[in-house]
Amino acid sequence: MNQEARFHSVRLDEEKCKGCTHCIRKCPTEAIRVKGSKAQIDEERCIDCGECIRTCPNHAKYARTDPLVALERFSYNIALPAPAFYAQFRVNTPLGKMLNGLLSLGFDQVFEVARGAEILAEEINRFLSQKKITRPVISSACPAVVRLIEVKFPSLLDNLLPLESPLGVASKIARLEAMRKGFAPEEIGLFFITPCPAKVTEVRQSEQNLSRIDGAISISSVYARLINSIDQLPDRSDIQLSSWKGIGWGRSGGEQESLCEGEYMAVDGIHQVISVLEKIELGELKNVTYCEAQACIGGCIGGVLAVQNPFIAKVSVNNLVKRYGTFHPISQQDLDEWRIKQVFTRARPYQVREVLKLDSDFKKALEKYQRIEKFLEELPGLDCGACGSPTCRALAEDVILGKAQEIDCPFLLRDQLLKKAREIYELAKRVPQTMSPKEEKEKENVESQ
Amino acid sequence: MAHNTPLIKIERKISGGDFQSAGDISSEVKKILQQAGFSPAFNRRVVIAVYEAEMNVVIHAYQGVFLTEIYPDRVYVVIDDEGPGIPDLELAFQEGYSTAPPHIREMGFGAGYGLSNMKKCSDRLQISTEMGKGTKVEMEFFLEPSKGGKSS
Repeated sequence: MNQEARFHSVRLDEEKCKGCTHCIRKCPTEAIRVKGSKAQIDEERCIDCGECIRTCPNHAKYARTDPLVALERFSYNIALPAPAFYAQFRVNTPLGKMLNGLLSLGFDQVFEVARGAEILAEEINRFLSQKKITRPVISSACPAVVRLIEVKFPSLLDNLLPLESPLGVASKIARLEAMRKGFAPEEIGLFFITPCPAKVTEVRQSEQNLSRIDGAISISSVYARLINSIDQLPDRSDIQLSSWKGIGWGRSGGEQESLCEGEYMAVDGIHQVISVLEKIELGELKNVTYCEAQACIGGCIGGVLAVQNPFIAKVSVNNLVKRYGTFHPISQQDLDEWRIKQVFTRARPYQVREVLKLDSDFKKALEKYQRIEKFLEELPGLDCGACGSPTCRALAEDVILGKAQEIDCPFLLRDQLLKKAREIYELAKRVPQTMSPKEEKEKENVESQ
Repeated sequence: MAHNTPLIKIERKISGGDFQSAGDISSEVKKILQQAGFSPAFNRRVVIAVYEAEMNVVIHAYQGVFLTEIYPDRVYVVIDDEGPGIPDLELAFQEGYSTAPPHIREMGFGAGYGLSNMKKCSDRLQISTEMGKGTKVEMEFFLEPSKGGKSS
């Protein structure tokens, strides 16, 4: 396994964290606890969706990305802009200017991930036309959703599209093209211009050889560098290749638009995605062929590293979809070659991440389950988060698993204090054998005057 | 018969027509199975079968009682309802055959795959039904394929 396989992009700035509990309630996998007035992220459970970054009032959560200086490590750098990148700029800014903007930052070449998406769409069509598929096929484009399924919905791994993400496709083709130009693999640097931390993690966890992506630079940092100069840059329409088919992938609904006729659905926002996955798990939605699922509201344009408001960005995407209406066909010969070179094959198979298991022995696990249920009855059920766990149930689990104490709950603590106080009071009322109860009474009266 | 004491036993009430709480029992069963650490494929077939049975009570019956017992080697489920009963069991097992009224079908329920799904997902299924009285569905799921469980 790759040494960065456990890498997570979402990080905590300890100095900024005030130990408030905003983030713990929003986390879809209950991966965060507050201990000693600092949030702690459980690396096994974290899916890098970025919900905590969005919700933190102190901006203590951040996504680790790569700086532009990372380009210095390579002699030939290729930028891989996400489709969502196009939606950040003013409406009517030509894509050729945006791509030229990337070149002005030091890149030697660009390869649009939107083009990767169009190429992938062809392969998805081919996959969906097979007779034996587990319906609904769930899109694998959003890495946070893929990880969510691995962590919380392992029985749906068979439904996940077993193909690369648009980024994976784009990066492999870009590397192959650069190698054809004569560059050695180690000279080529591939950098994704990312809208979200989940993609940073996908990049960091990419395998060696053809699957390797060398870094992820945030859309927001690139935007800041380009916003003042972009209007003056020449429009390099000659290096712009993608069309409506791939550009639309920047927002929810774009995937299905690029596919052939069929029963499709699209869901966005991590909590909505969870509710749809629950339905699929119960055996519903079998009539749906393909389910597009994105962790961010609005799709990738809603990523926490994007700048523009997602609803405004959606208008921009729709506008671009209309303006870039000419799809440049993909030759069968190219598709065949990419298939042979495993451009569409995922380097790492999906895997069950058993983080919900209470014990490795299921008998002990069931016993723990019952203890959790029993202890839960003693808790107030307010889900206030004051104990540092997201819900009363999560605290009950933490207590039974030995990760927290019963009196971490302030209400139970208060009960215990009250009990102890009563005991002390009862003790204090005890009269020494040498004193008569009458004397004691008089003493009390004197004190109360 | 070494495994006669259940490791866990859960009993819940189901109200007919209550679509708001429909699925709660299946979700609870899923949570237990996931936390117990059984295989995803095993959990999936139990949960789908329980969901179908639960929905049948919500759609067709007045009320019902759900009971599950988890043993070291199997999961036992029984759903006992007070309802109209199933007029023709053989017909009810046919895929696509449904007696659900149109307004329920419009909600996307009652597509007529309930019983056949339960049969597909469980290792043992027994249904006893009496017209005008109710229906009792018993299902068993074996943890190991060697003991009659479906490969999972």
